[in-house]
Amino acid sequence: MTVRRKEIHLAAHFPGVNNTTVWTDPRSKSQIEFSSFEHLARTAERGLFDFFFLAEGLRLREHKGRIHDLDVVGRPESLTVLNALAAVTDRVGLAATVNATFNEPFELARRLATLDHLSGGRAAWNVVTSSDAFTGENFRRGGYLDRADRYTRAAEFVAVARQLWDSWTPDGVPRPFAHRGRHFDIAGEFTLPRSPQGHPVVIQAGDSEEGREFAAATADVIFTRHGTLEAGRAFYADVKKRLEKYGRGPDQLKIMPGVTVVLGDTAAEAQEKAAGIRRQQVSPQNAILTLEQIWGVDLSSYDPDGPLPETDPVPDSSLTQGRTRHGDNVAIAEKWRALSKEKGLSIRQTVIEASARQSFVGTPEAVAIELETFVRRDAADGFILVPHLTPGGLDEFVDRVVPLLQERGAFRTEYEGTTLRSHLGLSGPEGKQ
Amino acid sequence: MTSSHGRGLLHLAAAVDQRAVHDADSYVELVRLAERGGLDFVTLDDTFARPGPDALAVLSRVAPATSRIGLVPTVTTTHTEPFHVQAAVATLDWVSRGRAGWRIDVSATESEARLFGRRPSRTPDFARAGGSPWPADALWQEAGEVAEVAAKLWDSWEDDAEIRDAATGRFIDRDKLHHVDFTGSAFSVKGPSIVPRPPQGHPVRVVDATEGTARQTAAEYADVVLVRAVSAAHATAVRDQVRESAREFGRDPGDLCVLASLVVDLGDGEHAAEPGHGGGGPRPTAQGPLYRGGPVDLAELIAGWYTDGTVDGFHLTPAEPRRDLERLVNGTVALLQHRGLFRTFYPGSTLREHLGLARPANQYAVAHAVTGGAS
Ligand SMILES: Cc1cc2nc3c(=O)[nH]c(=O)nc-3n(C[C@H](O)[C@H](O)[C@H](O)COP(=O)(O)O)c2cc1C
Repeated sequence: MTVRRKEIHLAAHFPGVNNTTVWTDPRSKSQIEFSSFEHLARTAERGLFDFFFLAEGLRLREHKGRIHDLDVVGRPESLTVLNALAAVTDRVGLAATVNATFNEPFELARRLATLDHLSGGRAAWNVVTSSDAFTGENFRRGGYLDRADRYTRAAEFVAVARQLWDSWTPDGVPRPFAHRGRHFDIAGEFTLPRSPQGHPVVIQAGDSEEGREFAAATADVIFTRHGTLEAGRAFYADVKKRLEKYGRGPDQLKIMPGVTVVLGDTAAEAQEKAAGIRRQQVSPQNAILTLEQIWGVDLSSYDPDGPLPETDPVPDSSLTQGRTRHGDNVAIAEKWRALSKEKGLSIRQTVIEASARQSFVGTPEAVAIELETFVRRDAADGFILVPHLTPGGLDEFVDRVVPLLQERGAFRTEYEGTTLRSHLGLSGPEGKQ
Repeated sequence: MTSSHGRGLLHLAAAVDQRAVHDADSYVELVRLAERGGLDFVTLDDTFARPGPDALAVLSRVAPATSRIGLVPTVTTTHTEPFHVQAAVATLDWVSRGRAGWRIDVSATESEARLFGRRPSRTPDFARAGGSPWPADALWQEAGEVAEVAAKLWDSWEDDAEIRDAATGRFIDRDKLHHVDFTGSAFSVKGPSIVPRPPQGHPVRVVDATEGTARQTAAEYADVVLVRAVSAAHATAVRDQVRESAREFGRDPGDLCVLASLVVDLGDGEHAAEPGHGGGGPRPTAQGPLYRGGPVDLAELIAGWYTDGTVDGFHLTPAEPRRDLERLVNGTVALLQHRGLFRTFYPGSTLREHLGLARPANQYAVAHAVTGGAS
């Protein structure tokens, strides 16, 4: 009996607006010119990736009441760029992060269906729910939703969007729709016939209990931060076991952690490169800022090459706005101080070491084996690669690692289908094909 | 009085609307055809009320497949988020390298409001104006506010805000990013934009000023004003009113480019012009003023209205998209080029350059210079 190998799914994340993205490197190019998006999307397609992914932030981050100035900032509106990228790519999926709190279902469903039509079935929507009052200040709706409401709104939003996507008859006649729920009360006619994928792919990125449940009920892909083998396996098992309750099989939800890759000709060279990238990512100014984000107070008088503060973080500080928080700051501070003491590290060295997010560091062979191991051992179904350089950050991976994955039979050697759903091995929306 | 705008050359634009077309190729083909004719821009209309794709998305898809022609989708302001609208238009400008415009329109029907679950009662400003739950003048006032906040958000990044200064670790000079703190009658926006200032500074704003309710907004914010006019006298009347009111808003009326909007049916060739058409001029129909006749007579009409200063050019909607756009480009445009009235190639690369409009100064950078830096 042959055991069917699990195929790896790969996606490319355009470098983000945080200190993962290195802008001081001479190879770093524009984060806003279309040519950068074109380069990275074409690279992803050259590597036969499942999709190209854009994040979103609807308010520029602020720190100490001022616009944060240390990291790359300034992004285009995602769906608009993806429509343009549909003109210069043929197969790669095109995924936009779009907030479910600061949009309305009719309009967003229409924009997503339009992308799906114009790209020949390659659209995906990463449903995010960030909805703080700070971001709300840019919108009609304004305000804040608590966690429970965010996800009930998101769930209702996706359900309504799917109702709209299904609303025309198969032979192209619009049928009226009506929806009355807790968050939306709308009716009328959708403006587009069924798009090539029927339903654009739905991605979810969020880690809470509510987020996981929402993903299990609704999403086709989860974008997670669990990038280690053990954490990945635990998350994978947790989410996959929730699927049955919704009558879904384990293959119907792909789990793709966001990861970074650093390659070298030898393991030592890769490690050295990785350390160099970390130093670029954590400038002296960035080290202090990272600390301030945790401590919640001004630490500008501290020396980045000196010791960590002895004081404890201030809980619920509003020093930094517009940044996704993870974890308990007091515990993090405790851990970092311990690390600093144990290894005799300065502030900057501690931040470099403690906030390291480099997941795969090694030779192309070693990285290929490790990626495959993650997938084989059910820590992931694939990966969303987050390069540190715009726009050439995935060139080397595509040139050196993809062929090895293909040799190992772990990754496609050509696109089999034309739609993103087909790349992901997802069946079409039930009964509607 | 003669029109003073861009007296150098005539301006021409065409609509590329198609019924029930959702795939990219046929739009790309039409826009390329218009680009071959050297037209200033194409428009693609949009509404939530009728079938059709998102127009800004379609023209974004077209952008990399074309290189010079301006791309002007309709984006409505009544049920959309001003912050998203300006970001999308700015992004169209980025992906087209400075060729974006924005035709501003409103959603006035109850059925469109239902698509968004909005009730007149939720918007006291609309309820105020008697009778209709969605009175056009209130909607156009709001459209003006959206145009205003869009310009502020486009300016919320100064052109040289990105500094990449490794020595101080700063990617941007945050003194060159600005909160806009805009409060309108029905919405407010904090800013700054998430998108850096687009290549044109401000993408070109287009408003159809035929209806009186849209005229103030056109006068205050439009770079290009469309007038659906059945006669030169009608076009002149609307043009003069818009320019007068632009002057009252402190604008130079010469900065407004006024185009006559016509539906053109070139189907029956030169000899089939009905009385009162062809050389005779347009006639009113439910779709707007319609010219029916041959490409030669159309060139004559365009040349006439242009040279006597009635308008700065024309915005033409082909009755039969492919057929009439082809005849327009190969017939009418070729003739106008031959007469030296229309460009034979694009000397500029941005839509503003085609229209002879300066790249606007940044309102915050100007404030900087005057007040010595306070933001
Ligand atoms: C890997 C990952 C990527 C995310 N990307 C974005 C993003 O681009 N924009 C955004 O607004 N929120 C983003 N989020 C935030 C989530 O959508 C969500 O709002 C947040 O994680 C809080 O939800 P939770 O409580 O379920 O974790 C991301 C979250 C994760 C885990």
